[in-house]
Amino acid sequence: MATILSSILEAHDGEVLAQWLVALKASGGTGGGRIKEGELQTQCRHFLDALRQALATAKNSDGNIQGAAFEDVRELLADVSRSRAAQGFSPTETASFVFSLKQPLFERLRQELGGDTARIVDESWQATQVLDQLGLYTTEIHQKSREDIVARQQAEIAELSTPVVKLWHGILALPLIGTLDSARTQVVMENLLQSIVDQGAEIAIIDITGVPTVDTLVAQHLLKTIAAARLMGADCIVSGIRPQIAQTMVHLGVELNVVSKASLADAFALALQRTGRTVVRSKLAGTLAART
Amino acid sequence: MIVARDDTLVIRNPDDVVRVRQEVRARAVAAGFGLVDQTKIVTAASELARNTLDYGGGGKARIEVVQNGARKGLRLTFEDQGPGIPDVELALKDGYTTGGGLGLGLSGARRLSNEFQIHSVVGEGTRVTIARWK
Amino acid sequence: MDRIPILKLGRALLVTVQVDMHDRLAMALEEDLSAKIVTTGARGVLIDISGLEIVDSFMGRMLDTIAAVSRLLDADTVVVGMRPAVAITLVELGLSLNGVKTALDVDRGMALITGDYGHASEGSEDLEDSDDRGEG
Repeated sequence: MATILSSILEAHDGEVLAQWLVALKASGGTGGGRIKEGELQTQCRHFLDALRQALATAKNSDGNIQGAAFEDVRELLADVSRSRAAQGFSPTETASFVFSLKQPLFERLRQELGGDTARIVDESWQATQVLDQLGLYTTEIHQKSREDIVARQQAEIAELSTPVVKLWHGILALPLIGTLDSARTQVVMENLLQSIVDQGAEIAIIDITGVPTVDTLVAQHLLKTIAAARLMGADCIVSGIRPQIAQTMVHLGVELNVVSKASLADAFALALQRTGRTVVRSKLAGTLAART
Repeated sequence: MIVARDDTLVIRNPDDVVRVRQEVRARAVAAGFGLVDQTKIVTAASELARNTLDYGGGGKARIEVVQNGARKGLRLTFEDQGPGIPDVELALKDGYTTGGGLGLGLSGARRLSNEFQIHSVVGEGTRVTIARWK
Repeated sequence: MDRIPILKLGRALLVTVQVDMHDRLAMALEEDLSAKIVTTGARGVLIDISGLEIVDSFMGRMLDTIAAVSRLLDADTVVVGMRPAVAITLVELGLSLNGVKTALDVDRGMALITGDYGHASEGSEDLEDSDDRGEG
């Protein structure tokens, strides 16, 4: 196909590389120096090599980059995009890796083809097609990597935010902190039910002191969890419902028909009582014992 | 959406309902479903397979493993040539039953799935399609 | 036809339901249980479903029916060992099994029936103790 392009890259790779690096830095493609000079040069050189080979071997002239000829180029770009995404580059900064190559390349084309305007237009068009696709490809990979990062972080947060703690034999507490969205609530609740089985707990206290808002969906999840716990043979106590939340829930028409206590301490006292225990102040017990 | 695997089972007797459950479970495990998601889709399948048997006089269950972008899922289709449902809206209400059951089959299966479609023609039969995503 | 064995444990009957019960088997269990409650004079029925991977509305209805019949025959029904995933699904399905009592395991279920719930632990206890010395 565009053999003129590949021969330019063959004969003038040094100059193109140098000009490209300048253009890359000017267009912010280095992310304000977040990439080391040496690394950038290596990436650029490898890309030019791969591109030259791809252009030389590609058969059709429509510049489709999805073909086998462009496999190395795509792989290289994917690596570049992923590492840039991880380093916090914006999609624009990532894409300019490819787009900044246009200027030096077109400059070269103009010099090579002299006054043959028709051909310059033709070759530039073909080069543009290829580079535009490659540029968009970097954006796509960049986007995907960001999504992967977000998904992983969500999973990590979900894991972090499910601390089921044992208060006493058969008594668990789940102190919920932060805003509850539907997905997180589900993970938290599943975790609680599993802990009930693992520890053989008869009572679970769900403490929502640290929850700023409870919407209808979250309230439903709470109710479902409490119902599920009952089916398994355990009781739940909800503690720490803030006054605003209580008001909102009544206004929303959400009936939280559950055993609830003002504080975790009150809930714990109730849980102890229900499991046949009483809390006695030992000092007092001591003086009483001494008197008798 | 890509269909990665496609099986069809016949539902003619109560043993087939068990077989549908086992097959759906195996597909859900292979698709990487978590335990709760597995249980939900298997339970939904059980409800619909029993409906197909009890109200539709038997039929078939189609189990498809589907992929939509990065999401994997299961799509189940239950089809019978039974009497059909005259009032689908009513049949979807909790507690509505003509067969002496709890009337939770259809509505329950809908709550246990991410997608739910029902197509029923009186005198021709009923087709219910559900999907659940990982 | 196969039948699910019903064990007599003191004044209670214990049924362990295995994976994937056939519908006929479930129906046979209903009949067998009511007959056995009368012949043994049992005070309660423990149904251990810890082996069940799903409970659909058919099974749910069976549990409800058993509980209702047992109640008429003056026996409590306790469903024991339901798995978390099963419980979540059952709630989503819309079944609450209001007529049955529930317990985490057979021991605690038995305590519910015999009524000596909460008397097992006496004296001091601390968290370093082994977990098996709870109440139940």
